[in-house]
Amino acid sequence: MEEARGAAVVIVGGGVTGLSAGWHLAQEGVDVLVIEKGMVGWEASGRNGGGCSHHHSPLFLEEQRLWPMMDELLGYPTEFQPKRIRLAFSDAQMTLYARAMRNAERQGFRTDVLDRDDICELVPLAGDNAVGGYFYHFGGHANPHRTLQGYAWAIEDHGGRIWQRCAVQGFETSGGRVTGVRTDRGIVGCDHVVIAAGPATGALSAMLGQEVPMAAARAEMIVTEPLPLMPYGGVDGNGLYGRQTLRGNLAYGGGPHEWLQAEGEAAPPKPSTPLMGAIGRRVAELFPKAAHARIIRSWAGVIENTPDGRPVIDRLATVENATVATLSSVGFGLSPASGRAIRDLVVDGACGFADISSFRLERFADLEPNWRDLQGWKARAAEEMEAA
Amino acid sequence: MPSADAYDPKSVAGKTVEPSERAQVLVIGAGRAGLTAALAAAQSGLSAVVVDENPVSYATMGEDVPLHYGQGMSAASRNGNAAMEAFVASEPLIEQAFESGVDLRLRTACWGLYSPGPGAAWLPGTVAGLTDGERSWLIGAEHVIVAAGRRDIGLAFPGWDKPGVMGATAARMLAARYGALEPRRVVLLGTTAEALEAALAIQAAGGEVVAVVEQATAPVGPADLVAAVVEGGAELLLGHVVREVLGASVEAALVSAVDVDGRAVGEERRIPCDGVVLGVGAVPVIDLLDALGCATAFQPERGGYAPVVGPDQRTSIRNVFAVGDCAGIWAAKSRDLAVADAEARRAVAAILGDRGGAGVEAAPHAVIPEAPAYDIEAYRLGWVRASVVEARGEPPVCQCEDVTARELVEVRPPRYLGWTQERRNDRSLRALLGEGLPHPDQVKRLTRAGMGPCQGRRCREQVACLLALQSGERLANVPLASHRAPVRPIPLASAGQLPEAPAQAEHWDSWFGMHAQWTPFWETPARYTVATGRGSGPVASE
Repeated sequence: MEEARGAAVVIVGGGVTGLSAGWHLAQEGVDVLVIEKGMVGWEASGRNGGGCSHHHSPLFLEEQRLWPMMDELLGYPTEFQPKRIRLAFSDAQMTLYARAMRNAERQGFRTDVLDRDDICELVPLAGDNAVGGYFYHFGGHANPHRTLQGYAWAIEDHGGRIWQRCAVQGFETSGGRVTGVRTDRGIVGCDHVVIAAGPATGALSAMLGQEVPMAAARAEMIVTEPLPLMPYGGVDGNGLYGRQTLRGNLAYGGGPHEWLQAEGEAAPPKPSTPLMGAIGRRVAELFPKAAHARIIRSWAGVIENTPDGRPVIDRLATVENATVATLSSVGFGLSPASGRAIRDLVVDGACGFADISSFRLERFADLEPNWRDLQGWKARAAEEMEAA
Repeated sequence: MPSADAYDPKSVAGKTVEPSERAQVLVIGAGRAGLTAALAAAQSGLSAVVVDENPVSYATMGEDVPLHYGQGMSAASRNGNAAMEAFVASEPLIEQAFESGVDLRLRTACWGLYSPGPGAAWLPGTVAGLTDGERSWLIGAEHVIVAAGRRDIGLAFPGWDKPGVMGATAARMLAARYGALEPRRVVLLGTTAEALEAALAIQAAGGEVVAVVEQATAPVGPADLVAAVVEGGAELLLGHVVREVLGASVEAALVSAVDVDGRAVGEERRIPCDGVVLGVGAVPVIDLLDALGCATAFQPERGGYAPVVGPDQRTSIRNVFAVGDCAGIWAAKSRDLAVADAEARRAVAAILGDRGGAGVEAAPHAVIPEAPAYDIEAYRLGWVRASVVEARGEPPVCQCEDVTARELVEVRPPRYLGWTQERRNDRSLRALLGEGLPHPDQVKRLTRAGMGPCQGRRCREQVACLLALQSGERLANVPLASHRAPVRPIPLASAGQLPEAPAQAEHWDSWFGMHAQWTPFWETPARYTVATGRGSGPVASE
């Protein structure tokens, strides 16, 4: 067994955010250790739709800049494919989906509005049931599993270390600094700690005196058998997110999430449910010519959200050398940029390439203590089960 | 003002799953154990619904569902009515079940089982997803007895993807129940009790077992069964493997002796045959149980990964029971139907007890597996080493996604990505897994082995063996590659027939449907409170 000594930067959490941060740091020669309680990318990071089109985020420009280079930068295939098409099946959807066009235009990206003829040409699996759509000349999609493993291997290629199946129990502090991370394998000394532990980020940050407010929920996806490749795999809409993979499978999710009660030590269970049928129907509406395609798997993931659903990437105010990061359920696509932002906070104390002031924890200073109840983010059915 | 009583309308709160029918007892599988359970339930006054996907259509058999038929079915099985007649006639309990008022539905597959629990608290109770090939629907059940049977471990060698290479259970099913086994001269791999019973069924149906090929130096199955198969004309080739299958469909098998390390030695011998039957291991079909979340464990005395069951066949989910081969396979059970019968009656007695105990019949003694007569881990690893690792050429281990053993152990990206020549991508399981045990799901995600439409039925045990051989770990320590619903592929259009609560359709969004989450950063307020920041009105997640 590896001896627990220490690292310049210890990153708690081997999800996409922690791994990207680890990669940005390691490639500069920083001595990085990523500690993951399970396996890298095993949780929500490896179970999402793979979209890379976050035009609302201050990290958007960096996301768009980095993705086309990620295969080369990491040295491993991410399956990134540029551009995205979004189809609308009602006037209401058409109106709501226009926001992306406005947001992107403001930042210098083009969008084409599609009519039915355009859709027929661009989306061979589509039918004549769409009222319209958008062709976003930005964004795209990648393969989460492969990208996550690419980050992990790239960290190791640059001399960083990853400990899997090692749980973090707490922190050692002295003189207003985190001096070590307490783990299953003993105390690991550090100059800086990054907490990027998904749903566990709240509890871990609370141990350092400043809790990141968050709640965890379960959400589901389905995947079909492979179909002939469409010219653009990044086609979604109709209340779905997802893509056609490079293998040809349709991988889509959407619909109601289930709020979970506060989690304990163990990873929360992630069962899928008959929601598969409702997702399947919407995929068949999105692609009438694929209605015969068979669903071969469904699965669920557990993701955390902050009260406003926006990321937290910030230095804790309670200690000098701790950075917290949660991307609040939208982390995969932004990961090339979020990892760089974390690197900047750790090394330089501030993000040098984007204004991420909207990611600061300070915004929750006036948050109602019972915010979770007020927003209805309650594990209702579970409470009823316990009462029964 | 927000109210603390409100529930997030975009969440599952207030949405319901309404099964279109309900049963007191749902039995999944109309083989011997399932029918015995259903009859016992009916005799005790319980309403029982029994579903079984068999007799599956010729086209479905052609996709190796639910067994590895390997295109070994004759034209006789093309006729659906004849197949149904043969299937019904070959199991007397089917007729008895119909006469006893059991609601028995053949050609009805169960593709998913769901129960409320942590993380899925919104479900109304245990529900099962069914399909008859056209429609899909949900049935609610107070108690579920899973009797899903067994299937065979796949085993790669050059040509194992050719028509005529099939599993022993599939061969036995075709020979004994459909009268539709196409190959007339087969080579059998393996000497397990289940393989030998399949050989006897083939011989009884007029087929010839020309050779029984066994990589081990002695048979592992019961001696009397070995003798009976040899008596029936089979040559026993111990310490041998099949090196290759010749022909467009099977025309001959090239066999060779192997040394203690599984390496081929000596001259190869050509054995003319038109079928190769894989009998190196029968495993419990636990896909529904595992996808449901029942505890499973590698139990050598039960044939590998099997549900953890109590003395009354109860799984870790209280109202779900496992009986028959899906609860465990061992030689004495494979040879004596009374064992599975006893399991079935124990389960029904437990259900009656759960319902209040009235009318409980005297339950038979609990069924305890015998100690394995051989080391199944060493035996299966021996086969995979000799046949797959030492194979000439690179046969696909995963037929659906065309992944070879080397690509598996090197964790290669799939060939269609075009990274095959990229040397930076040279990795091994060691590099992937660091200090830990290999997890088949990780390898699956990266190589795609096991991700095809057969959902790993033909490759998952081989992959586990390869990981064990590569890592030096015990086979029992390799985690189970996860099963997921639907355990049978379901068309989008068919799955879309499941009913949906109006509130679910009304509030449907691609993601959490939170206004604040998608407010562009240049419009984001400095502070967030629920009262000021939550937003209202139509929203679509981006």
